[in-house]
Amino acid sequence: MDPSSRPQSTDASEAAEPQLPAISYLNQTRGLKSWLITLDHKRIALMYLVLTLVGFLIGGILAMGVRIEHLTPDETIMGANTYNRTFTLHAVAMIFLFMIPAIPGIFGNFLLPLMLGAKDVAFPRLNLLSVYVYVAGAALLVTSMATGGVDTGWTFYAPYSLSTPAELFPALMGVFIIGFSSILTGLNFIVTIHTMRPRGMTWMRMPLFVWGSYATSVIQILATPVIGLTAFITGIERVFGFGFFDPAKGGDPILFQHMFWFYSHPAVYIMILPAMGVISETVAAFSRKNVFGYSMVAYSSLGIAFVGFFAWGHHLYLSGQSSMDAGAFGIVSMLVGVFTAIKVFNWIGTLYRGSISLKTPFLYVCGFLYFVVFGGMTGIVFSTVSLDVFWHDTLFVVAHFHYIMVGATLMGFLAALHYWFPKLFGRMYHEGWGMVSAAFIIVGLSTTFIPMFFLGNMGAPRRYYMYAADGQSLNVAATAGAVLTAMGFVTIAIYLIYAIKNGKVAGDNPWGASGLEWKTSSPPPTENFHTTPIVDEDPYTYRKKGEEAEHVVI
Amino acid sequence: MSSSEAHAATGPNAYLAHHFEDIGTQNYAVRLGMWLFLATEVLLFAGLFLGYTVYRWMYPDTFQAAAKLLDLNMGTLNTVVLITSSFTVAWAYHAIKVNEIKKGIGLLVFTIICAFGFLFIKYGEYTHKFHVGLLPGKWYAFTGDGAPPGPANIFFAIYFLTTGLHALHVIIGMTVLVFVLVRTLKGRYHKDNYVGVELGALYWHLVDLVWIFLFPLLYLI
Repeated sequence: MDPSSRPQSTDASEAAEPQLPAISYLNQTRGLKSWLITLDHKRIALMYLVLTLVGFLIGGILAMGVRIEHLTPDETIMGANTYNRTFTLHAVAMIFLFMIPAIPGIFGNFLLPLMLGAKDVAFPRLNLLSVYVYVAGAALLVTSMATGGVDTGWTFYAPYSLSTPAELFPALMGVFIIGFSSILTGLNFIVTIHTMRPRGMTWMRMPLFVWGSYATSVIQILATPVIGLTAFITGIERVFGFGFFDPAKGGDPILFQHMFWFYSHPAVYIMILPAMGVISETVAAFSRKNVFGYSMVAYSSLGIAFVGFFAWGHHLYLSGQSSMDAGAFGIVSMLVGVFTAIKVFNWIGTLYRGSISLKTPFLYVCGFLYFVVFGGMTGIVFSTVSLDVFWHDTLFVVAHFHYIMVGATLMGFLAALHYWFPKLFGRMYHEGWGMVSAAFIIVGLSTTFIPMFFLGNMGAPRRYYMYAADGQSLNVAATAGAVLTAMGFVTIAIYLIYAIKNGKVAGDNPWGASGLEWKTSSPPPTENFHTTPIVDEDPYTYRKKGEEAEHVVI
Repeated sequence: MSSSEAHAATGPNAYLAHHFEDIGTQNYAVRLGMWLFLATEVLLFAGLFLGYTVYRWMYPDTFQAAAKLLDLNMGTLNTVVLITSSFTVAWAYHAIKVNEIKKGIGLLVFTIICAFGFLFIKYGEYTHKFHVGLLPGKWYAFTGDGAPPGPANIFFAIYFLTTGLHALHVIIGMTVLVFVLVRTLKGRYHKDNYVGVELGALYWHLVDLVWIFLFPLLYLI
C-alpha cells in the first residue's frame, strides 16, 4: 500500500493555515425555504440536530424538576400528581424525542453517505418526510404535555392507562406517528448501505459506524411497527372502549406488556448501537490504531440486534410469566452482555499500545467504557431472575438503565458531536472548555446515579414523589450530580454555538483520521465529493500490519 | 443536475436520479425499499395476529361460536374479489412491462373497481354488525340466536381492529393504484420504466395476502 494514502497529521505549523471552502452545503443555497424543503442529507441532519436538542432540553428540564422534588423526603415543589406527570414526560421526551432519533437522525444522516462515498441517501424525499413526521409526532407529544400531561409512566401499562383521567390520546398518537419517522430512517439506511457503497467497498471494508447503523436500522424496521400498533390499540381503546387490553372486558393486560416490550426492549439497542458505532470510530482515531478485531466488532452489532429481539421477557419476571419462560428470557438477556463484552474488549485491545491523544472525544470514549461496563454488568444481574425479584421497580433499575441510556448513549452522542463537529461546520470547538465540560458531565452523571444504586438496594421504589427520611443525604447527592451535569451541558452549548461562527478553521482532516468522510472538504460540498471515490483499502488505515505505533500528536 | 443525467435523456436512464450510479442499482434500491416496507406492514399485522392467538387460546368456545355469527357468504365473495384483483394487477404489470399500455390501463381500472367492490361488501357486513350489536368492547349488545358464551366482545374487538386496519390498507392500496393509473395515462410507465407499477402491485399483493390470513382465521375456523 502506498504510504501517502494513509492519513497524515495536519500540524498547523507545517501546512498553511486551512481555509473554509467558498461553497459548501451550508451556503450553496440560502434562505429558510432552501432549508425547509432541502433533500440534502447533511441539511436534514442539521434539522435533526436542532429538533432533537429541543427534545433533550425539554426532557432535561423535567429531569431537573424530578431531582429538585427529591431534595426533601416530603413534598418540595410538586405533589404526587404533578410528579407522576413530570417523570413520565421526562421519559417520553428523552426516549422518543432524543435518544431514538438523535444519533441515527443526526450523525447517521450526515455520515452514512459520506462514509460510503455517495452523493446522498437512497431516498432523499423519504428522508425529508421523516423529519416532518417526527415534527408532527413531537407536536402531539408536546400538546399532550401542555394540556395536562400523562401520568402512566412512559410504559403506558394497561389497565391503568385505560382508566386514568389524564388525556392519553395525543401522547399515544404521538408515539404512533414518531414511529413512522424511525421506520423511514431505518429503511433508508438499509437500502443506502446495500446499494450506495462505492466501488471496492465490500461489507468487510465498511466503517464500524455503518455496521452499527445497519444493525440499528434492522431493529427500527422490525420492532417499531409493533409499538405503533400497541399505542394505536391503546388509543382506540381509550376513545372507543374496545376492551382489547381491559381485564374487566375479558382482555389481557399482560398481552399489552408483551407487545410493548417486544419493541421497547430492542429500542434500548436502537439507542446504544449507534453510540457503539461512534465509539469504534473514535477509539481508533484517538489511539492511532486500526480497530482490533474489526469483524468481531461488526458482527457483534448484528448479534446484539438479533438476541435483543428475544430478551423482552425479562421485563415481565413479576408479571405472572412462567418460571420456564423467565429462565429462557434470562439466559438470552445475558447473551447481550456477551456481545457487548466482545466489543468492550476489542476497544480496549485497540487502545493497547496505541498512541493515545487525550482530546475531548477521547474523554467521552473513556466515559462510555466506564458507563457501559457498569450499566452492562448491572444488566446481567437483572437478567438473573432471583436478583431481579429483589431489585424490581426500585431505584436500582433506574440507576442501571440510566447508566446505559444516559451514561453510555450520551457519551457516544457527545463523542460524535465533538469528533465530527469540524466536519459539520468546518470549525473547531475550544479544546480546553471541551475537556472541562466532559469532566463535569462524567462526574455529574456518576454522582447522580451511584446514589440511586444504593437507594434502590435499600429498597427505595421508583416513581414515588416521597421517600423515607434516611434516604435524604443520598438524594441530595444525586440532585447535586444533576446540577453538575446541567452545568456541563450549558458550557457545551455556549462554546459550541460560539465555535460555529468563531471557531478556528479546522481544515479537511483535523484529527488525521482515516475514513472517506475526512477526504472531502469541511464542511463538505452539497454533492459530498468532487470525484466519486473508489475504495481499495481497509476501513482503518492508521497503521500497517505488524507496525508499531507512530507517535502522532493530533 | 449531474452530467450523467444530461446525456442520457432517452431509454431507461432517463429515469435515473442524480445520486444513483445506474438505473439497475436504482431499481434494485426502490424494490428493496418496498420489500422492507412490506416487512414493517407484516410486523404491524403480526401484533394483531398475536392478539388473536392469545385470545383464541383463552376463549376457544367463545371464538368458535362468535365466528359463526359472521357472514360466510359475504366473506367468501370478498375473498374471490380480492384474489381476482390481485391477479389482474399482476397482469397489468406484465402488460405495461411488454408495452401493451392500453391493456395495462384496462386491467388497472378493473383492479380498482374490485377494490371498490371489496369495500362495498365490507360496508354491508359492517352495517349488519352495527345493527344487531355485534360490536367490540362496551358496545357489544348481541342478544339473538347463537349468542356466544364468554366475552364475545373480544372477538369483535379483534374482528373490527383487523378488518378495519385491513380496510384502511385497501383504501391506501387503491390510492396507490389510482396514482399508478394516472401516471400510466400520462405515458410515464412503459417498457423502459415500469418499476413504479411493480411497487404498486407489490403493495396490493400485501393487502391481498393479509386478507388470505384473516379470512380463514375469522370466518372459517
